[in-house]
Amino acid sequence: MSTQDDKAKEVSADGAAGPIILFFILGLAASLVLGWVIFPKLLYSQKKQPIDFNHVLHVEAVDEGCESCHFFREDGSFSGVPKLAQCVECHGDVQGENPNEIKFVNDYVANGREVPWLVYARQPDCVFFSHAAHVKKAEMECSTCHEHIGESEHSRVYEENRITGYSRDIWGKNISGLKSNTWDRMKMDDCAECHATKEIKTDVETLPWPLNWAPLPYEKQTGNQASIKTVKEACFVCHK
Amino acid sequence: MKVGRRSFLSFIIGGAAGTAITPLPWKLMDDASIWSQNWPWTPVPPDGEYSYVNSVCTLCPGGCGISVRKVDDRVVKIEGMKGYPVNAGGICVLGLSGHQLLYSPTRVKSPLKRVGKRGEGKWEKISWDEAISEVAKKLSEIRSKGESHSVGSIVNADSGTIPNLFKRFLTAYGSPNFMTMPSMQDSYKMTLQLMQGVNAQAGFDAENADFILSFGSGIIDGWGSPVRMFKANSTWKANGKKVVQIEPRLSNTAAKSDKWIPIKPGTEAALALGLANVIITNSQHSQKISQSSGFESFKKLVQNEYSTDKVSQITGIDSASIVSLAKTFASASKPLAICGRGQGSTPGSLNEFMAVHALNALVGNINEQGGVWAVPEVDYIKWPEVNLDETATNGVQKERVDGAGSEYPHAKSLLNRLAEVVNSGDGSLEALFVTGANPLYSMPDSKAMKKAFDSIPFVVSFSSYMDETASNSDLILPNHVCLERYEDVPTTAGLQKNIIGLTRPVVKPQFSTKNVGDTIMLIAKALGGSIAEAFPWDSYEACLKETLGAKWDVLVENGFWSDSNSKTVSGEFNFYPKAMESLSNFSPVSLEGSTASYPLVLIPYDSIRLANGYIGDPPFVIKAVEDTVLNGKAACVEVNPKTGKELGLTEGRYASLHTPRGKAKVKVHLYEGIMPGIIALPRGLGHTAYDKYLAGKGCNFNELIGPAEDPVSGLDAAWGIRARLTKV
Repeated sequence: MSTQDDKAKEVSADGAAGPIILFFILGLAASLVLGWVIFPKLLYSQKKQPIDFNHVLHVEAVDEGCESCHFFREDGSFSGVPKLAQCVECHGDVQGENPNEIKFVNDYVANGREVPWLVYARQPDCVFFSHAAHVKKAEMECSTCHEHIGESEHSRVYEENRITGYSRDIWGKNISGLKSNTWDRMKMDDCAECHATKEIKTDVETLPWPLNWAPLPYEKQTGNQASIKTVKEACFVCHK
Repeated sequence: MKVGRRSFLSFIIGGAAGTAITPLPWKLMDDASIWSQNWPWTPVPPDGEYSYVNSVCTLCPGGCGISVRKVDDRVVKIEGMKGYPVNAGGICVLGLSGHQLLYSPTRVKSPLKRVGKRGEGKWEKISWDEAISEVAKKLSEIRSKGESHSVGSIVNADSGTIPNLFKRFLTAYGSPNFMTMPSMQDSYKMTLQLMQGVNAQAGFDAENADFILSFGSGIIDGWGSPVRMFKANSTWKANGKKVVQIEPRLSNTAAKSDKWIPIKPGTEAALALGLANVIITNSQHSQKISQSSGFESFKKLVQNEYSTDKVSQITGIDSASIVSLAKTFASASKPLAICGRGQGSTPGSLNEFMAVHALNALVGNINEQGGVWAVPEVDYIKWPEVNLDETATNGVQKERVDGAGSEYPHAKSLLNRLAEVVNSGDGSLEALFVTGANPLYSMPDSKAMKKAFDSIPFVVSFSSYMDETASNSDLILPNHVCLERYEDVPTTAGLQKNIIGLTRPVVKPQFSTKNVGDTIMLIAKALGGSIAEAFPWDSYEACLKETLGAKWDVLVENGFWSDSNSKTVSGEFNFYPKAMESLSNFSPVSLEGSTASYPLVLIPYDSIRLANGYIGDPPFVIKAVEDTVLNGKAACVEVNPKTGKELGLTEGRYASLHTPRGKAKVKVHLYEGIMPGIIALPRGLGHTAYDKYLAGKGCNFNELIGPAEDPVSGLDAAWGIRARLTKV
């Protein structure tokens, strides 16, 4: 009766609808594989640290735990990854038989050359970050952002984003951007998670770092309502 | 199965739908935005350990303490040093740009030997050994001819170990020609010598004064030690102390003063004596000081020759203002009068200095709180006498080429006379050393100076930068810049405290340069004999440590050494030294040029944003110069709108400026703050050397003016020159 219906049936009968769906599914599947599996592999290059560093071994050997090597300088700034000068204090000569140490002493200490460590947590240059404010003032644990790195026996592979040049740790291992631990990601949203909720503890006079760069929100606080939420003018607290 | 167009589209749609639920587009978007913020050509300063090193700035005679902020071994910022007795944490715009000079492209990176014609800019890099032996060879030649006295040196100052090493070198070598860059301190020193009989610098207890009468001194334009004066000015403002500025132009200092009194330029001495007359007539002067010698003669002088009406006529200031100014000045509890025009970089008329000093003496503030102190030089350089050989003994007894000590017995150095003496053939030099100075830029009539330099066969520059003088020399033996070297900085311009500051290396030398102290010792050692023996030290650092003795540790610890008891010297005050006799008939320092051809009077002005000495403006500072001073590539000449109207000149228009000494193309800036008939140009512009940020901007005032010898001191007393301004 209806010629149109017939035609549709004819098409169907020809088996033409099957390939369309099939190809849709193929396209869908291919893009999913591309987006979830191939893309991350292409996006990040794999780099090895110049020296395989054993944190466990070092933590056992030093007296003051993490702070033996990662300390605050007198002016409140954070030393970050140790410089050769600190390492030399113990590793002036080869101490044991560990091939990594031998390599370190021969290649770097002997030549007075800094180790080109690949820093997993390096933020873009436009980001201001004060360790003192977070560790000393807010009394946060190192592991909140840096996981339990002190328990690692080997340096893991450093994955570098081929577009931005930054470490994969900033976006997070999970390509979808989801995280299960606080240290899984280091994007601005992750900073904002705390900054949107936490209250500031003390007033500006007692800040443990030089006052001349006390960030604006601290100065703008009003009574007990003060928070570390970023106020409107506060972009330049974190961004250069 | 047929794969058609539809299947293909379906594949694409499936792919698009799938992609949207993968992280790919979202992650790429995020990465692209980060990538765009981190272009590879965006400079990213490397991070590192922050540290501060305390030192003393030597960019001007101010001698401020500085705290230099470093990231690892890189200077990133210069701040004022807290607690330093000169600047107490403050810093000026030049000082805070000091690191641009450290990393400047215009630095001389190794010893250079001229290969082309002089001033052509063709150089050959040579080693330090070659450079030293080249100088030694030349000096030996000159000495063996018995011409040792024809070697001279131009040094930035005459106190401190570096100038003294040069002095010692010349003495041991056999030459009296140690010359220094002139400044108002020369005039002040001579004034103190003539009127108080003391050998001392004038120090001003400015912070404690409560009425400041400034005869054209740019208190906030860089006079004295600039940061210290800025701070003093703020203290006066905060405490309601009064500042009266007397000058023909509404300078920044005048604008910020409590009262600006425009005066006919060059008549300041008459005003000072006119004020003295009113004070004496009203018996407002200190009774104690009236017992001093020469008081009666001085009284007679001012009463006969400087009556209020007469002074009013000379200066153009109405009589009532003169009387009321004299009364307020004398009735203030701690009045202080200062002089030295602008930044005080020219010595000025000795009469003016003596008249102003007499005014201070009248109100009894000599060596008193809030007054003028005679500060003796810190006596720490106690080197053994130089053993002179025969050549040296003969050489040092010869007359100086500039006539200081002979023609002008009170003068120690008269660099302003050098060009004229050499160019007129009355004197000659075979070799000349220049350090810490840029005379081809900063001496009046710089063209004549260049001509004089051209006739000196061997010119050695120790400059760290390729400045005008260095680029016209034969050999450059570059000094470290102040952030790389040790040097002592004794009591600075106008300071009333006895202090020594320590300039010390903040970073290691960036290039193949040497401390000029070491260089001069190496030259001496290469010459051998008694010259080498005069320098028993292994290095300049060793010499400095030994010279400072126990003070060295204090200097290293605190950055400065200061005498716990402020010392002053006093001699008998003489109101009327012989030198003052010429004031019995007042005539201002005459201006070069005839009124007919040059109807206007051109005066210079100084700005804290324009460095006009050895150092030129670094890029940060030249950026801060207003466009009423430097407009595009042209310097602006300030013209009163009335004068502008007469000449048919409008704002921003190009004009041709002629003086008897030179000409320049300038832009007109109509300004109510300059007296009619007078026009003003900024000092510190018009460099031909240095980098693209500074060279070729504006014109050099020193090319337009010539020196005028003060009849008593022999120092340069010129304050302006006649000029003509025409439309172009």
